[in-house]
Amino acid sequence: MVKEEEDSSNRPDNTAFTQQRLPAWQPILSAGIVIPGFVLIGLAFIGIGVGLFLTSRDIQVLEMDYTGADGSSPCSVCYNLADKNCVCTMSFSIDSLIKGPVFFYYGLTNYFQNQRRYGVSRDDKQLYGDTSNFASPNSECAPYQYISNVPIVPCGSVANSMFNDTFELFKNVNGQSLPVPLDGKGIAWWTDYNVKFQNPNVTPLINAFNGTVRPPFWSKNVYELDTTDASNNGFINQDFLVWMRRAALPDFRKLYRRITDGDYSAGLPAGNYSLKIHYNYPVNGFGGKKKVVFSNVSWMGGKNEFLGIAYLVIGSLCVVMSVVMLIVYAKFKFPEDN
Amino acid sequence: MTNHSHIITHHPPPETDTQIQTRWETYRLLISTNAIKTSKYNFFTFLPLNLFEQFQRIANAYFLVLLVLQVIPQISSLSWFTTVVPLILVLTVTAAKDATDDINRHRSDNQVNNRKVQVLIDRKLRSERWMDVQVGDIIKLENNQFVTADLLLLSSSEPLNLVYIETAELDGETNLKVRQALPVTGELGDDIENLANFNGEVRCEPPNNRLDRFTGTLSYGAQKYPLDNEKILLRGCTLRNTGWCFGLVLFAGQETKLMQNCGKSTFKRTSVDRLMNVLVLCIFGFLVFMCTILAVGNYIWEINKGSNFTVFLPRENDNSAGFSAFLTFWSYIIILNTVVPISLYVSVEIIRLGNSFYIDWDRKMYYSRSDTPAEARTTTLNEELGQIKYIFSDKTGTLTQNIMIFNKCSINGKSYGLPDVRGSLLQQKDAVDFSFNPLADPRFVFYDHSLVEAVKLENPEVHAFFRLLALCHTVMAEEKKGELLYQAQSPDEGALVTAARNFGFVFRSRTPDSISIVEMGKQQSYQLLAILDFNNVRKRMSVIVRSPEGKLCLYCKGADTIVYERLHQSCSKMMDVTTEHLNEFAGEGLRTLALAYRELDEDYFIQWKQRHHEASISLEDKDGKLDELYEEIEKDLLLLGATAIEDKLQDGVPHTIEQLSRADIKIWVLTGDKQETAENIGYSCNLLREEMNEVFIISGNSSEDVREELRLEEVLKSNSGASPEETSESVKLVKDEAVSGEYGLVINGHSLAFALERSMELDFLRTACLCKSVICCRVTPLQKAQVVELVKKYKQVVTLAIGDGANDVSMIKAAHIGVGISGQEGMQAVLSSDYSFAQFRFLQRLLLVHGRWSYLRMCKFLRYFFYKNFTFTFVHFWFAFFCGFSAQTVYDEWFITLYNLMYTALPVLGMSLFDQDVNDVWSFQHPELYVPGQRNLYFSRKAFFKCAIHSCYSSLVLFFIPYAALSDTVRDDGSDVADYQSFALLTQTCLLFAVSIQLGLEMSYWTAVNTFFVLGSLVMYFAVTFTMYSNGMFLFLPSAFPFIGTARNSLNQPSVWLTILLTSILCVLPVVTYRFLLTQLCPTVNDKVQKNQSLCRLVGLEETRVGRRASRRSGYAFSHAQGYGDLVTSNRFLRRPAVSLASGFPPVGRTTTGFSPMGRSAGYSPTGRPQNSKVPDVEGTSLQMFRTIADPPL
Repeated sequence: MVKEEEDSSNRPDNTAFTQQRLPAWQPILSAGIVIPGFVLIGLAFIGIGVGLFLTSRDIQVLEMDYTGADGSSPCSVCYNLADKNCVCTMSFSIDSLIKGPVFFYYGLTNYFQNQRRYGVSRDDKQLYGDTSNFASPNSECAPYQYISNVPIVPCGSVANSMFNDTFELFKNVNGQSLPVPLDGKGIAWWTDYNVKFQNPNVTPLINAFNGTVRPPFWSKNVYELDTTDASNNGFINQDFLVWMRRAALPDFRKLYRRITDGDYSAGLPAGNYSLKIHYNYPVNGFGGKKKVVFSNVSWMGGKNEFLGIAYLVIGSLCVVMSVVMLIVYAKFKFPEDN
Repeated sequence: MTNHSHIITHHPPPETDTQIQTRWETYRLLISTNAIKTSKYNFFTFLPLNLFEQFQRIANAYFLVLLVLQVIPQISSLSWFTTVVPLILVLTVTAAKDATDDINRHRSDNQVNNRKVQVLIDRKLRSERWMDVQVGDIIKLENNQFVTADLLLLSSSEPLNLVYIETAELDGETNLKVRQALPVTGELGDDIENLANFNGEVRCEPPNNRLDRFTGTLSYGAQKYPLDNEKILLRGCTLRNTGWCFGLVLFAGQETKLMQNCGKSTFKRTSVDRLMNVLVLCIFGFLVFMCTILAVGNYIWEINKGSNFTVFLPRENDNSAGFSAFLTFWSYIIILNTVVPISLYVSVEIIRLGNSFYIDWDRKMYYSRSDTPAEARTTTLNEELGQIKYIFSDKTGTLTQNIMIFNKCSINGKSYGLPDVRGSLLQQKDAVDFSFNPLADPRFVFYDHSLVEAVKLENPEVHAFFRLLALCHTVMAEEKKGELLYQAQSPDEGALVTAARNFGFVFRSRTPDSISIVEMGKQQSYQLLAILDFNNVRKRMSVIVRSPEGKLCLYCKGADTIVYERLHQSCSKMMDVTTEHLNEFAGEGLRTLALAYRELDEDYFIQWKQRHHEASISLEDKDGKLDELYEEIEKDLLLLGATAIEDKLQDGVPHTIEQLSRADIKIWVLTGDKQETAENIGYSCNLLREEMNEVFIISGNSSEDVREELRLEEVLKSNSGASPEETSESVKLVKDEAVSGEYGLVINGHSLAFALERSMELDFLRTACLCKSVICCRVTPLQKAQVVELVKKYKQVVTLAIGDGANDVSMIKAAHIGVGISGQEGMQAVLSSDYSFAQFRFLQRLLLVHGRWSYLRMCKFLRYFFYKNFTFTFVHFWFAFFCGFSAQTVYDEWFITLYNLMYTALPVLGMSLFDQDVNDVWSFQHPELYVPGQRNLYFSRKAFFKCAIHSCYSSLVLFFIPYAALSDTVRDDGSDVADYQSFALLTQTCLLFAVSIQLGLEMSYWTAVNTFFVLGSLVMYFAVTFTMYSNGMFLFLPSAFPFIGTARNSLNQPSVWLTILLTSILCVLPVVTYRFLLTQLCPTVNDKVQKNQSLCRLVGLEETRVGRRASRRSGYAFSHAQGYGDLVTSNRFLRRPAVSLASGFPPVGRTTTGFSPMGRSAGYSPTGRPQNSKVPDVEGTSLQMFRTIADPPL
């Protein structure tokens, strides 16, 4: 035995790793951990759930469908888009103040922005202002890549199908319609506005678009989206940015404007309002619905009762299960004997 | 380059047709140099060949197909890099492994090919490289050189043109063998001129792999000489004790018998592998099924919705809905391919490799005495080690050390030797001091002082006893450097003669007709008149000697039962006492012999001798006549006593066997040894027990007998009558049947041959499986393999074969797992084994610890791996219903690429490399923990199905909770958070948290590494995600990183984090509940042991001592073979005194007699120490060995 250390060249190393003796924590699902754990999780979830539920309940939402599919709607005249510049007006009243800031959304249903071929039909390099892709847009854009061999900018289905209804909101005060100022700034993500989308570095902007054509559905060129404000024109137009951020689900809403200015900084006061809609966007073909939504937000975002309820339900289930487990544990006590 | 005067023609044996001959001729022209090549690739062919091989694997080919699909724009639902990155990684890892393997092969090839040998060229001897040697060359070999190629021996330095070779590399036997050249070529000597002029023609068989056979003719001069195996030196042998020899190269390189024997080893697969393949096929089916559903969904969607939506999403070229569905099918094949993850196979290999390294590294499986660590020679079978149900073990060298120790004796009714010295704490100083005897063997140890006192007091019976031991044997003595060495034909005899030597009756030397012994310091010479040789029927041997005083005496030793029949009535009283002692010895598993003598009458002897002479020259029935004569003279014997020899077990064998049987592993011993020997070992290592209800012995000599014997037991055991399998031949599985009581079965080779016949094999198997342990003795290597195959065929179990010798190779190869005992004679068993280590007792660690852990880890890995990939993939499936079945992925493509490679790879690998439910000490204490592996409980179809259901649940949660939480919601600044990119990010984050927490639940052994891997992967996920979604990456490649800003914009939302929390918790809560209730309501052994372990971390192992009882059976066993009596009385052995006796005789194949007198006499080689070259000389005695390596029991 004394000798062995000398000529034991093949003796494996004695380390905790090679001998599989690494110190370790070996948790097991014992009653002492599981049952209190369930109680704790349950109580915590109920707490969170109550908080979420109350928060969500406080959020005020006013939602109006203006598709005009059912005939009784003021916009039914525009439903079939017979008239090119159809305008309809919806009147509504607010019973109590919608606390500000109020956000003005448009919503679409049954609209598959998440369809794969729709989603890929865009050219991010073009939108980044890379003029090399102006001449030859990404082939994924097809069939909105070229019109008779002239490249489309911005190409692709997403851009082509940009939502083009516009809205004006009026407050009816003593028979007068006072326009409610709508703020279209900063409705898109900062990163989209500042990084992902860039106008080509050409002045005037229009020169960059020589030899290109606008998407077929568009009535204006991209460099004419907002001629009043250069920082809201071209690819970095906020409405364009909002639209280009495609929705995850077939029913979605997108931010149109914020109501923050002047008298309305505290919110939309109670009263009668009318919404003037420039109805351009066709949805009757696929049976979609269009709506407008006025809503305020909380720390947890927009109104969504699901999360609060889910927390409450799961929290309660945890507590119930912990009781069940306790009973089981007491009855079929784990054999402690060796 | 040489004088090609010698023509070697290889003609096929008559039974083969000419076609083969022609083919062989062509082949021979291509390769006739001695270079060998075991490598597969060279520098240039590596890449194409290796890639070709890799793409032959179904998984790789599948991903190649996927890749092709992905580059078709209409189908491509995922960027090509999602497949290419993992594929390249997998190919690179595999290629690297193949390359290192091949480099090693190149290295060994080069080493062998560049060895030097002397070749006769242009009438001169030149040193040439092996690879340059050609067929027809004459080469000169010197002592201790490896034989270069298959040679015809021409001449040698030794008398009679003998050469001595060791064939360890070929067949594993270390004993020397003799080859003899033809006298006509032998005359050539070492005369270079003569040799250069040698002009002969050899016609011989084509190359083949039969090591024991050679046919050919040498035409030399006008004569033809037949050639056989005795004149051939095979490549791989080593020249020993021979100055030089010349040989003519007959076969070179690949044609040599050694290389012809290097057949492709059959690729072993584990049962988990097979199950995995089945599952992968099922998953393929399921994948196609899912894709079909989605394609149909797409068709319906296209008709109902898509066709209306064409304003915004025009169909390309106005393709029909049907075509769109067709494309969708393939697109979904691409997206959902992660159900069959490419990394599965790679990960499995990595885990097995890691677990194999643990075996290599295990100090508790390292044998310091021979400096041999355990070695996992196959790295692909680990988890199967955790599922072994049957162990087939060799005996000699595996269970026993083949060292015999004179342990006890009974002389004249008095028993000597301490009760059961094994394992007791006797010190060296307690041993008997033999210093009074200058000729004593210092290695011999005996602990009972009363015996030596009796010798010193000149007790006549004791003296007679030892005189008998010193005279009645066939041992050869040799004096080298003043040291007396014995060359015993069997270790038993060696032990007996050595015992006599130490007690003052030293056998010095023998001539054919005399034996010189030193009796208590006095030189005496006995005239040897006759040896009545041993054989298996007589079970005894006798010598007739004339003492120096002129007294004629017959000394006999043999089986107690046999000797007792021939005793004089006067010893009946002593017989009773001795019987008691014998029973006691047998109960301890010792091998006993009874000793007796008889004084002979001079006249009677002369007359007997005359008849003996007549009988021995008679032509007909010589043996019968001799036997009669022997029978006649061996009677009226006077009992002297009995010897008890311990067939020394390897250390820890009984304990190991005990442990393994507690783990519900059945152990069958398959040995070439005799029935008695095997049975004795069975008892001494607890395989057979006195308290067993019955031990059946099947030794029938005809088919009918055997059938009858097997049937009898059938009646005995199955109370339920005929078993159902018997009626239907189609039933291919033999079920385990319940047996009341314990039974053992001993069957010998003859009977086994009948029992293995097709008509009887089921009967045999059923009977054998009813018994707790089975011992097959006198079996041939082929039968060993047949037994293993039989069990493999009819029982769906995992088998393991363990052995040390060349005769175990067949069974090692046949079994699912082959284990070789290394550091013993030869390497053949080790070379064909999957695992090797030095001691049988390491087997329990290999199985109960490494095997169990490997199995546990592999199963946990597979369950978790399928879970995480299914969960990942199913989310796509649910999303399909909301995105118009358009093959839109839920996650970011980068996440898809990296999910298996980076985010989840290390944590699961960490678990599968470190996890242990309970530590090794507890594993040993509760061998029953091993049982779930045998029953395939941890990973089966059912377990797989469960984890698919679990995945289904998790994926539903993972899709619908984020769906519900995000729908119609916005950020706290009113802007978008329900966009596709945020949804993707949310879902993938939820997924990663869910699978990480699930992993945490699976893991029962959290080392720092595991914790680091799990947390590190999460951290890395966020780091990578934020990097990928950063401005910089977008500016660098706008089209590859479109998710810019998503992480910043959504992960700062509390609602997003609340959703992640909810989803993760909801995914694991049911699992925790289920597991908790399961452990409470029906706890498994594992649960209990784990609980106990956590309750008391520090509990020592309690030693289980096995009590022994006296036996009613005969303990006789003597591993002796017939024929040595003739040898020692002939003059043959005296011819070459320098060469050890063992090498002088044609070997008696162990395989045929069930025992090889020389190859296995490891305990008593001429040098008197074990032939294991690695054992240092100073090892002390065998008994010491036993005590010193009393390692803590693992």
